[in-house]
Amino acid sequence: MNLKGKVYKFGQDIDTDAIIPARRLTTSDPDELAKYCMEDADPSFAQKVKVGDIIVADKNFGCGSSREHAPIAIKAAGVSCVVAKSFARIFYRNSINIGLPILECPEGVDAINEGDEIEVDLVNGKVKNLRTGEEHQATPFPEFMQNIMAKGGLINYVKEQV
Amino acid sequence: MGMTISQKILAEHAGRDHVEAGELINCKLDVVLGNDITSPVAITEFNKIGGKGVFDQNKIVMVPDHFAPNKDIQSAEQCKVMREFAKEHGIVNYFEIGQMGIEHCLLPEKGLTLPGDLIIGADSHTCTYGALGAFATGVGSTDMAAAMATGEAWFRVPESIKFIYYGKLPDWVSGKDLILNTIGDIGVDGARYMSMEFTGEVIQNLSIDSRFTMANMAIEAGGKNGIIEADDITLEYVNQRAKRPYKLFKSDPDAKYVEIKEYDVSKMEPIVAFPHLPENTRRVSEASHVSIDQVVIGSCTNGRIEDLEIAANILKGKKVHPELRVIILPGTQQIYLDAMRRGYIESFIEAGAVVSTPTCGPCLGGHMGILAKGEKALSTTNRNFVGRMGHPESEVYLSSPAVAAASAIKGKITPPWEI
Ligand code: SF4
Repeated sequence: MNLKGKVYKFGQDIDTDAIIPARRLTTSDPDELAKYCMEDADPSFAQKVKVGDIIVADKNFGCGSSREHAPIAIKAAGVSCVVAKSFARIFYRNSINIGLPILECPEGVDAINEGDEIEVDLVNGKVKNLRTGEEHQATPFPEFMQNIMAKGGLINYVKEQV
Repeated sequence: MGMTISQKILAEHAGRDHVEAGELINCKLDVVLGNDITSPVAITEFNKIGGKGVFDQNKIVMVPDHFAPNKDIQSAEQCKVMREFAKEHGIVNYFEIGQMGIEHCLLPEKGLTLPGDLIIGADSHTCTYGALGAFATGVGSTDMAAAMATGEAWFRVPESIKFIYYGKLPDWVSGKDLILNTIGDIGVDGARYMSMEFTGEVIQNLSIDSRFTMANMAIEAGGKNGIIEADDITLEYVNQRAKRPYKLFKSDPDAKYVEIKEYDVSKMEPIVAFPHLPENTRRVSEASHVSIDQVVIGSCTNGRIEDLEIAANILKGKKVHPELRVIILPGTQQIYLDAMRRGYIESFIEAGAVVSTPTCGPCLGGHMGILAKGEKALSTTNRNFVGRMGHPESEVYLSSPAVAAASAIKGKITPPWEI
């Protein structure tokens, strides 16, 4: 599956409080959470972002809390994929479990600017910058995780076991 | 090739003799934990599975601690979802207001987390239980949901970093300072995906409460878990509380570590982490120019009896600076009661501090002490991200209870030896 979208670029160590602050966690409704997505990193993000847009970030994206509300807010805001140099562990796990596509692409991130159009090939782990034509290789997912994602997340995967 | 303690616990729970770092394995769980923020999401997902019910009513723990006692109508609804689920499914270890405390203070106190256990919790500071020689790690709500149904979870077997602390621990230097110093050294992603194993003579002599503080903040270095091998100090704590058998594990002498870090603690000072990352550490004597509006003493990092004892000894007979608020949050009802019996609560109130019922409260900017724009707090909690305790333009500094209490008297960040 290929995803094409406009890039919103973020720096390093974007924490889960920046993605969705605790003061917004009195609900778990995805659409409600989406309204405040990235609020403390870029207050205008939730208004600007369009369905299919892509977040590109530096290292350690999603560090901090275990709140699944963070990837849920990003997904519900319409973001199709997050590409980062690296992800914090729980955010990585949560994204796979809820079916938010993410890719680790340490080489590509610096060459991608805010506003660029990029195309992400999840199966082969490729990130192409449509402005420059450059293509970057991302870290491929282990087969086990691809299976979870192919089923649309952990719950569907587990359903078949119980 | 030998295994680390973390690898051994994972192998045991996967029914294997041996595992290698990097392998993906499925493991049986001893404890599955959730709180009032993460459980409602997990319950929705659990219901989608449509299975027969929870895998084991004794092994799921639910604690309303984040926005509880309910801070507003929405939080009340979330707590209610969890309460009703617990009732419907016969969850034995649901802790109602009056019994509850901050989850990571509460579970060990109740003897629910034991050495050698494999524990997941839908809360990032689940790593706290590593202080008892357990493998404990934070996950999200979907993992919690799947685990409630199956009693299992998948893991990537982590690499380990070994941290060795040696020398004589100076006065006023605590487990909090050791871990802040370590995070300052390796950075907030210095142990990303890895196991942090804390060892050395300093750890062997460290109190159980200080060990909890250290394991608690493994996540602040990106760690998957923090772990300390169980010893006599651990067993003294555990044996009064355990209601089921447990097993002790130790790292093999030839276990493989990606890195070994050594720290001579002899010349250390208490550490303060500046906004907005726990890695922005400085010695307390380099921080004394910072004036503060609020001091918070509590949380799953430093809300235990030893922490309150240190703070009470400093505040006893003194007065909180008139331009500053001090909020003290005992970690559990038992800690609250112990602090009361030992006279700490009296010292706090006479000094001009407020003492709250156990709750996460201001630690995550929930309630009970939110910061206004431009305000600064010195807190014994674990995170100082932008907006963590309130307004996005407020600031949080992290320290030990000793530094927090001393600073409460002076109105600015103060080394404890100046009081
Ligand atoms: S005290 Fe703070 S860090 Fe600990 S569980 Fe509560 S909110 Fe999380």
